[in-house]
Amino acid sequence: MSILAAHRNHPTYWAFLLHRLSGLALAVFLPVHLYVLSMAIGDGAQLDAFLDWTQQPLVKLAEVVLVVLLALHMAGGLRLLAIEFLPWRDSQKTFAACAGAFAIGAGILYFLNLV
Amino acid sequence: MSGRLELWLFVLQRMSAMVLAPLVLVHLGTMIYAVQGGLSAAEMLSRTQSQVIWPVMYGIFIVAVAIHGAIGLRAIIREMTPLLDTTASAIAVLFCLLVLILGFNAVEAIA
Repeated sequence: MSILAAHRNHPTYWAFLLHRLSGLALAVFLPVHLYVLSMAIGDGAQLDAFLDWTQQPLVKLAEVVLVVLLALHMAGGLRLLAIEFLPWRDSQKTFAACAGAFAIGAGILYFLNLV
Repeated sequence: MSGRLELWLFVLQRMSAMVLAPLVLVHLGTMIYAVQGGLSAAEMLSRTQSQVIWPVMYGIFIVAVAIHGAIGLRAIIREMTPLLDTTASAIAVLFCLLVLILGFNAVEAIA
């Protein structure tokens, strides 16, 4: 028997898992993000010093990952709202694929503007 | 936990998601636009202080995300860890308060 039960090896199961993991990652990141933004108080010198630190390649990479996770969580969330509140459609895998494509697209756009 | 509480949390989770979806879309667009040529505090403040809609939007964003994140964290802890329901709820309340406090500090800083 495979480690992953057969019923779980399905695109919509992966969509569920990614929604949870992206949500968790965003929840951990959010307080840090808000704390950093509060450095803008006054003339913003403290925030500028932090923004200099974010110029490192690894930090930029983390930013792109966070953008992808945010886009994925939003698009995946719209997929869930559609399942719960709209009439059932047989294209659930397509919706999941659209959510993934939207997230990757947002990540590429952000990356291209970042570098 | 009472069924009524769970029902309200379910409804609040969906309602906050419906508020958040367009705000996240605006946030993604703003980030992709603003990151061009690098970020600076002056550039960010000139944008957020240009119109009152920005701090208002971020204020709504903070309230919605504090609710949404707290309920989501609670669900993950309850369903995927051995922690007690009361522990999960306590963590959720703490998360909600933390985001509200840090969030409104940040909104004040950029307003």
